[in-house]
Formats: sequence, C-alpha cells, structure tokens
Amino acid sequence: MLTSQLTWLVLTLAGGVLFAAFAPLLRRRAERLAAPLLALLPLAVFVQLLAALPAVQMGETAQARFDWVPALGLSLTFTLDGLGLAMGLLIAGIGALVILYGGAYLHGHPSLGRFYAVVLLFMTAMLGIALSGNALLLFVFWELTSITSFLLIGFEHERPGARAAAWQALLVTGGGGLALMAGFALLAVITGSFEMNVWAARAAEIAVHPLAPAAFLLILGGAATKSAQFPFHFWLPNAMEAPTPVSAYLHSATMVKAGVFLLARLFPVLGGLPLWTPALTTLGLLTLVGASLLALAQTDLKRLLAYTTVSALGMLVFLLGLGTPLALKTAALFLVTHALYKGALFLSAGSVDHGTGTRDIARLGGIGRAMPFTAAAAGLAALSMAGLPPLLGFIAKELVYETTLEAAAPLLLTGLTLVANAATVVVAVWVGWRPFWGRPGDDHLHPHEGTPGLWGPPLLLALLGLALGLFPALTGDGLIAPMTAAIVGQSVKVKLALWHGLTPMLGLSALTLLLGVGLAALRRVVQPRIAAFWRALAPLGPANLYHRFVHGLLSLASWQTAVLQNGYLRVYALVIVLTTAALAGLTIVLKDVTLTLSPWQPPRFYDFILVGVILTAAFLVTRSRSRVATIALLGSIGFSIAVIFLLYSAPDLAMVQFAIETLTVILFVLVLYKLPKFSRLSSTPTRIADVFFALTGGLLMTLIMLLVSRHASDASAAAYYAANSLSQANGRNIVNVILVDFRGLDTLGEITVLAIAAIGVFSLIRLGGKPGRKQRAVPKGGRTK
Amino acid sequence: MTWLLAIAAGVLFAAGIYMILRRSLVKILVGLALLSYAVNLLLFNSAPLIPARPPLIPLGSSAPPEVYADPVPQALILTAIVISFGVTAFAVVLMRQVYGTLGTDDLNEMRCTDIPCKEVEIASEEEQMEEPL
Repeated sequence: MLTSQLTWLVLTLAGGVLFAAFAPLLRRRAERLAAPLLALLPLAVFVQLLAALPAVQMGETAQARFDWVPALGLSLTFTLDGLGLAMGLLIAGIGALVILYGGAYLHGHPSLGRFYAVVLLFMTAMLGIALSGNALLLFVFWELTSITSFLLIGFEHERPGARAAAWQALLVTGGGGLALMAGFALLAVITGSFEMNVWAARAAEIAVHPLAPAAFLLILGGAATKSAQFPFHFWLPNAMEAPTPVSAYLHSATMVKAGVFLLARLFPVLGGLPLWTPALTTLGLLTLVGASLLALAQTDLKRLLAYTTVSALGMLVFLLGLGTPLALKTAALFLVTHALYKGALFLSAGSVDHGTGTRDIARLGGIGRAMPFTAAAAGLAALSMAGLPPLLGFIAKELVYETTLEAAAPLLLTGLTLVANAATVVVAVWVGWRPFWGRPGDDHLHPHEGTPGLWGPPLLLALLGLALGLFPALTGDGLIAPMTAAIVGQSVKVKLALWHGLTPMLGLSALTLLLGVGLAALRRVVQPRIAAFWRALAPLGPANLYHRFVHGLLSLASWQTAVLQNGYLRVYALVIVLTTAALAGLTIVLKDVTLTLSPWQPPRFYDFILVGVILTAAFLVTRSRSRVATIALLGSIGFSIAVIFLLYSAPDLAMVQFAIETLTVILFVLVLYKLPKFSRLSSTPTRIADVFFALTGGLLMTLIMLLVSRHASDASAAAYYAANSLSQANGRNIVNVILVDFRGLDTLGEITVLAIAAIGVFSLIRLGGKPGRKQRAVPKGGRTK
Repeated sequence: MTWLLAIAAGVLFAAGIYMILRRSLVKILVGLALLSYAVNLLLFNSAPLIPARPPLIPLGSSAPPEVYADPVPQALILTAIVISFGVTAFAVVLMRQVYGTLGTDDLNEMRCTDIPCKEVEIASEEEQMEEPL
C-alpha cells in the first residue's frame, strides 16, 4: 500500500519536471492563472504525502526501486520514512505557498516564467533528496539543488552583485558537493554498495573501518557547506540577493536544511563514530553563537533573517551531534518549527519591501496600521521565533534547554545556547515588532498592503506554527515521533506539552526573553558597537579568505593563459613538435634499447630518381621566394609520390593522387594572385633554431618508420578482407571494397568532412568580408578594442 | 626502398615542420601540404613494399594470388589524401579572405584577432558584493 503510494509520488514528481518546463509558456498565455495552476503540483505532492502519513505513523517504511546504471551501483531507490515524509511535507507545502506568493511578488516581472520553472525544478530536486534511498541518486539531486540555487540567486542577473553572490554560493556548495561525493565513494568502498539501508545495516562494520573517519569528514564537509556552517557560512547572507520568495524557500526553509537532513539520514550509519559528537557539537556551537552575534550587526531585514537562519542551522547540527534520543527529538521539532516561522518571516519581509520599498530597520517603523495582515503574520512568526507560548517555538526552546541541561557539560552548553537564544529574541523583536509597531521611521515610505498573494502565504505559515503549538500532543505523535524514529532507527515516544510546571527550562526561557527584549530596546546603543567589533575582525574572516582564494585563482588562470595562449601560432606549433619529439624519443630510448632497424635492401635505380626528386623539391620549397616555383615544386613532390604508389602495387592511390594533385595545382593557380608575396619575416637566429627543431622532428620520424617496418606487420586484417572481398561484397578490388563496403561508414564520415569543407569554402567566398577592402589588423596609434 | 622512403618522409617532415614554424600564412599552408605528403608516405611504408602485386582478385578466382600488397594502409591513405585536399582547399580560401580583410599575412600582426590584447580585468564583480564575515 505504502509502496504503491511512493511509486505514485515518484511518478508525480517525474511528471512535475515536464510540467515545470511549460511554466514560461503558461505564464505568457495566462498570467493570472499561472501561479494557481503551477501550485497544483506541490499541492498534489503535499496531499499524497499526507495520505501516506497514517501508515508512516504506524511505523511503516516503503521502498521503490528502479535500476538505472546497475554496473555503477546506481539505482533509483526511493525510500519513504518519517524523516523524508516530514521534509517532503515542508518542501511541498511551503513550495505551493512560495509559488503563489512569487506570482504576486514578481507580478509583471519579465522573467516570472523562468522563476516558476526553476522553483518547481528545485522543489523536485529537493523532494528527491528527501526521498532518495541511494547515495548516488541523492548526490544527483543534491547537485541539482545547488544548480537551481545558483540560477535563483542570480535571478536578476543584470546586477553584478547578484551574479557574484550566485557564483559564490555555487563554488562553496559545489566544492562541498565534491567532498560529499568522495565521502560516499569511501563508504561504498567499505560496504560495496551505495544503498543507504545497506550502510545502516552494516554500521558496526563501518565504525571500525580505518577509512570511516575520512568518509565522515568528507560527508561533513558537504553537509557543512550546504547548511552554511562555520567557516562556510558566508555564502548564505550573500544569497539574499535572490528574490525574497527564493530566500524564504531555498535559503531558510528547505535547501539549507539539506545538509542537516543528510546528517540525520546518516546518523544510523555514522552516529557511532567516536568523531561524530565532538566534530558536530563544536561545529554547531561555533555556528550557533557566531552567527547569532553576527546577526545583531545587521540592519537589513533579510540579512537579519539570514544570519539567524545560519545560527538555527548551527543549533540543528549541534543537536544532531549530541545524538541522545532527546537531542534528536529536539532537532526534529526545531527543524519543523524553524521552517515555519522563518518562512513566514521572510515572506513578510518581502511584503514589507514590496509595500514600502525598503528593508532597512532603521527606516522602518509604525507601518503596522497600513499593513495589518503582514504585521499579523510577522508578529505571530516572531513570537514563535522568540519562543513564546502557545506557539511551536516555545515548545522547541523548552526542549533545547532540557537537552543542554542533560548533556555532558550542562553549564557551558546551556550558557552558550542562552546567549544565542537571547540574540534570536532580539532579532525577532527587530523583525516582527519594530517595523510595524515601533516608533515611526521614515515619513516617505507610504506603506500599503499588497494583494492577498503577498500576505496570505506568510499568514498561513504563521498560523500553522500557532496551530501545531496549540495541539502539542498531536504534533508530537503525528509528525515528530516518526521523524525521530527514522533518525534513531527504532520507534520512540515523543510527548510534547506546553506546560510542564515550574521547571528550570521555564526559568531559562523567561531569562532569555528578558535579556532579548532588553537588548532589542537598546538597538541604537548595541548595534553600532557589535557592528564595529565585527568590522575589526573582518580581515581575518573566512569571507575574506574566500575572496583572496578566488582572486588568486583568477590571477593564476590569467597568468597561465597569457603564457600558454600567447597568440603566437609559431609557439603553439613548436610546443606540439617538441612535446611529441620528447615523448616519442624518450619512449624509444626507454623501451627499445637495442634499436635494431629494418635491414637495408638495395633499391632499384628509379627509386633513387623518385626519392631524389622529392628530396630536392622539399629542400628547394623551404628556400623558394617565388609563388609559382613553390606550386611547381609541391606538384612535383605529389606526382613523384603518385609514381611511387603506382610502382609499389597501389594503382588506386596513384590515380587519386594524380587527380587531387592536379586539382590542388589548379586551386593554387586560381587564387595565386590573390595571395601575398612571400616575405622573409623571421630573423636569422630564429631560422637557424627552426632548422634544428625541424631536423630533430624529421630524424625522429625516419627513426620511427625504420623501427616500425622492422616488425612484420599484422596481416590478419588484410587476410580477412582478401578472403571476404568477393564472397561478401562482390568486389575484386579489395581497397575499394574496404572503402565502400567494410568501412562504408568511415567513408560516409569522410564525405561529410568534404561537404563541410565545401560549405566552408563557399560561405567564405560568398558571405565573408569582401576581399580587397583592406583593413589593418592593428590600427595605427592604438590597439584594437 | 624502405630506407629510402623513410628518409624521404623524414625530410618531408623536417621541411613541413620548418614551414609550419614561419610567420607568413602562405608558408604555413605549404607546410601543411608537405606534412600531409609525409604522413601518407609514413602510412605507405608501414606495410612491406611489394612491387607490382596490387590487392586485386583476378577474374575466375575467389582470392588474390599468394603474394599481394597490404590493402589496409592503402585504404587509409586514400581517405587521407581526400581529407587533406579538403583541408588544403579550405585553408587556401580562408587565407585569401584573411589577407583580403586584414591586409597582412604576418601572423604576429594578427595576434590581437585571437586573444584579448588589452589587460583583462578580473574579479571586478567580486568587489561589488557586501563584505560579511
């Protein structure tokens, strides 16, 4: 039952990709209908996932498998369990809202169709990650999300800032993707499979394998770049160049969670490694505390939200690192909570930007009366972010404190978490309260509420956070328990409640709020100091290192291009000749020490004459300064070779050579007077050096030919053609039969080359620049632009 | 004859390489022609040279006589001759157009038609990004 549901889901997704391709067309044809129609795809996925929820709650999992490249261990294995299902619900649900919101937010934008198409493609890839059971398949989807993220960050590609941010995100996450691939490959070396359930089943074997730490660190590199962990966090705030619906969807609710998701997915495989807890908790705490303090220096709504997203991702990695059932349960709840409130806040920030034209919190204030629905959405979401009852965020925060108090170093961990949570409260006030109800800011903003498409989706997300918080038992049993069960690998009980009595956690919550609200009120005092502190630290920051690295790489690239691609054909030719000579010469010396040449047989007298003609003509051609003489000399070489062919049993070659030689001479004569006169351009030392290089090359070729002809050539091909020429191809001329029959396709290729050359000649003559209209390659007094 | 042909091909290679290394476009064209002669001789010399025994099946028999020249190099050369004619024809016309358009056949003067001659600015976009930590 569940398996067939999964199969249907996969088919829906495959259809969705095709559907997405038509989005630009649909948008052109039906501007108003496009968003609701396109939102049907994520909605269909969402409904399908909901329908599968009861079975998953009962502890069922499903697997659907289609072979793709069996030789590489690559199969389309899709798994549906609690973790993938919850991720899928978030991806599809928020995806539908983002499509609707995007239609309103980018209304009238010329590239809105492209936006729809790429967002739907991203959604499919992201669902692919959530449902993949095969690591290679997951990797394919993983890279696809990086690419779609690149396209969406650079959506407004006319702006240099957007292009640079898109590149940065792609380079950082793409580099991490390579590490991830290497980590997967190492696990496949250990277990002989790319199937993740095979890995989980053999976790004990992996844990003791010497390659396991390397595999873990590589996979962690992939997850840390994707989920913006220190020191790779800097790409995420820059990714705010993307349109706001993209920031809400990719860069807070779903894509950046892929790294966390992967770590959760591989917890049964790698969670037993001794490195797991120290590495993840350190990384997570650094990111959590660092990013939440960085957030305090921001004045842009989106950047405030971006840095708190980084800190939330740090929290998730930290919780996964602790690895206790309580910590994993908390991580699962926090993931869902964060996606809901952060998605709502981003979408509200976009509406504020849309309604006022600014995202600067210093200029915003008192716009709540003009934008009531946006204010309600942002307010509700901010309450969840700050962790107030009865919202989901409150339950999550209580659980976080419960986890840290139970952990190994409760004082340190709780203290650090408290700092980060207080900073989160500050940001929640700045983002969800101040712009709407604070002291009126700039008078020239003229705030106005947008269409329902602009406030409906954030309000819905915020209300969902409220609803899930109001029914904690339902949320815990229905969603969080299956998620945790999938991470741990066995069923767990999850009891969520709003009221636990007077516990230390409640005290910590109150303290957090007090600290946060106090700090938030002192924005004008606090913010400049924190900003100054970070500015002073910036030269040491990873963002600066990244810039230096990229700059160095580009400088190196342009330096080596200037050296290798210097524009002098002569140098290119020389490099090729000398490389060939060196490689071939070295091979001869190393492999063929004896150097036995083929035996000397006394030639016949006309051999001497023909070769004599060739040698003389070849020598004279290099000295000739007359165009007519050169053509005549070339012709005499060609005709001598034709006679050699004739004498040594190749009448066909002789005929073709005669014909072609005649044609070539005619061709040369036709264009002769259009050609420049021969001029001596090189200096004498250059010419002497070239003579040396040329003689080296020639000598080497002679040597090779004598070495080759010493061996009796393999006549089996000749014998085959001779035996089958008449019986199979009805031809008595074996050479002709080879060309037109046995190797007929090669001849077809040859004819195609000739046809292309003919088209090239024709178009050069007819369509190219008119000859005679002389133009200096380098105009006097300056270089070409 | 194997020795003589090897020497002839070697000299043709040397002459061809020498001409390829010149700065004048016309001479490079001559070099191309010389190199294709040399390659054809190299291929021809890779099988034993047998006088007056073409790979033909006489009338009334179903196989060639006991001794015959290897047809495989011949088939290769036949293709090579035709292709090199195509290349030569294209190169000649291309050169004529280049000379007509640019007014020079000195390759060094054409350098700026191939690579950007002014300094390329790098990483100019990087600087336009805000500097976060």
